[in-house]
Amino acid sequence: MTPTPETPRLTPVADHALLVEFAEALDDTAHAAVLRLDHALSTHPAPGLREAVPAFVNLLVEFDPALTDHAAIGAHVTSLLGASGAEASAPVTHEIGICYEAPFARDLPEVAMKLGLSEEAVINAHLAGDYRVYLYGFAPGYAYMAGVRPELRMDRKPAPVRGVAAGSVIVAGAQCLITTLTMPTGWWILGRSPAKILTGAEDRPFLFDVGDQVRFKRLSLAEYEAQNG
Amino acid sequence: MADALFHVDFAGPLVSLQDAGRPGHMRFGVPSSGGMDRKALALANLALGNPAGAPVIEVSLGGLRMTCTEGTVSLAVTGGAFVVEAGARKLASWHVVTLTAGETLVIRPGHWGAWAYVAFAGALDCPRWLGSASTHAGSGLGGGVVKSGQTLRIIDAQTRPERDLPLPVTCRPRQKLHVVMGPQDRCFPAETLETFRAGPWQVTAQGDRMGMRLKGPKLELGDALSIPSEPILRGSVQVAGDGVPTLLMADHQTTGGYPKIATVLDDDTDGFAQLRAGDPLELVVLTPAEAATLARFRKDRWAEYLARRAEAQA
Repeated sequence: MTPTPETPRLTPVADHALLVEFAEALDDTAHAAVLRLDHALSTHPAPGLREAVPAFVNLLVEFDPALTDHAAIGAHVTSLLGASGAEASAPVTHEIGICYEAPFARDLPEVAMKLGLSEEAVINAHLAGDYRVYLYGFAPGYAYMAGVRPELRMDRKPAPVRGVAAGSVIVAGAQCLITTLTMPTGWWILGRSPAKILTGAEDRPFLFDVGDQVRFKRLSLAEYEAQNG
Repeated sequence: MADALFHVDFAGPLVSLQDAGRPGHMRFGVPSSGGMDRKALALANLALGNPAGAPVIEVSLGGLRMTCTEGTVSLAVTGGAFVVEAGARKLASWHVVTLTAGETLVIRPGHWGAWAYVAFAGALDCPRWLGSASTHAGSGLGGGVVKSGQTLRIIDAQTRPERDLPLPVTCRPRQKLHVVMGPQDRCFPAETLETFRAGPWQVTAQGDRMGMRLKGPKLELGDALSIPSEPILRGSVQVAGDGVPTLLMADHQTTGGYPKIATVLDDDTDGFAQLRAGDPLELVVLTPAEAATLARFRKDRWAEYLARRAEAQA
């Protein structure tokens, strides 16, 4: 049976986790269901729950097998899903600066050429996107945002480029992210952000929560340097 | 109290500081990290009277050589059967030894095992991230990768009687892995599931703290090539487009789009980490309920063992 937001599939994973799937392919209704269950689990945690990991269309519930089991966690999840009025936590909107100037925007000329747009039009299209954090993955602080406008969607490059600096703003398909580490990437590099996703703050070590909205603001080189100080 | 200092003369690749790990941050892309062999890490600490999850040095097959330049301190070495040279003494792992200024400690691979743990009687001085000294290999966050030329400080260095440590059966390398099929087993053709169960599988040299590739029959993916990125655990067996499975370990990516054909019982992953390239594997398929029961049994037995060790030491 294909899972749906109303009838999720609960799959046991090894001895200590349960995967709750709301769809098999990317689907906004399913993601909304993930966020609702994530919020419900944070306000009504099951005994023995270690952590919940939200993703695009499913959520992994990891538990201590000494304290509970798949059946008990499954029953808890089912009761939360059935409870009326379950809501996702209110999303926070972040304003994040990006500098699209030459030293940081190594792929801007190629992207403009590929899409048949001017560089200014690419920048404006990127600024106009409606971004939301869907999940973290790949590496600490890699927050995958969907919401890249259709005219800016490109397949990733055929081969990754090495040594892409931390803070790079990169896009591929409908997704955009700000890198936190210097790493290879096959995504297109449009700019650099001074925003620190790994904040270094003890009370809030990560800038975004899954579900948060992000608006980008254009920075001049001088503004970037001032904020990156 | 006096500190002890060590100069790292040589550290092989993947030698890093680890502790009990930083669970609870997978939603932010952060795996737990911690010891590849968490049990050996805990026993190194307990042998000295440290908390089980205190920071230690995790030594890879690349080995480690460091010289005590100041002070005197006892240390415990556990994990695989590594060769331990402490000053003029030639020992093996599973020992408590004391080093004093001018003496050199050499740790290199012995006849089995892939990771050794060095705990100190005292506090290993190192940076922490999100409350843990465990080093995340991809980012270097945490206590850090140990590099040739660096200095390590042991705060409040103390000594303990030198002695042999018992190597519990639980800490031997584990070739028999208990797995629960899935969570994406339905994405694979039935013949592929059978091929996976039957093997034969071997450990390869293509591995690090993120995961270890296995060698065996090609796993045909059918149309399971790409699923929306979803959470991964230590123990997930993901199958990439080339049909080769990788068993994900301490520094695993937290989400990924490759289908997972099976997941290894968490408790088996420590012993798995101590296997070497070419070692054969045997897979035993369990139902989720059987796996949970076995996990509880193992956890109780381990707690009993630790309690007996603590008693024997007191």
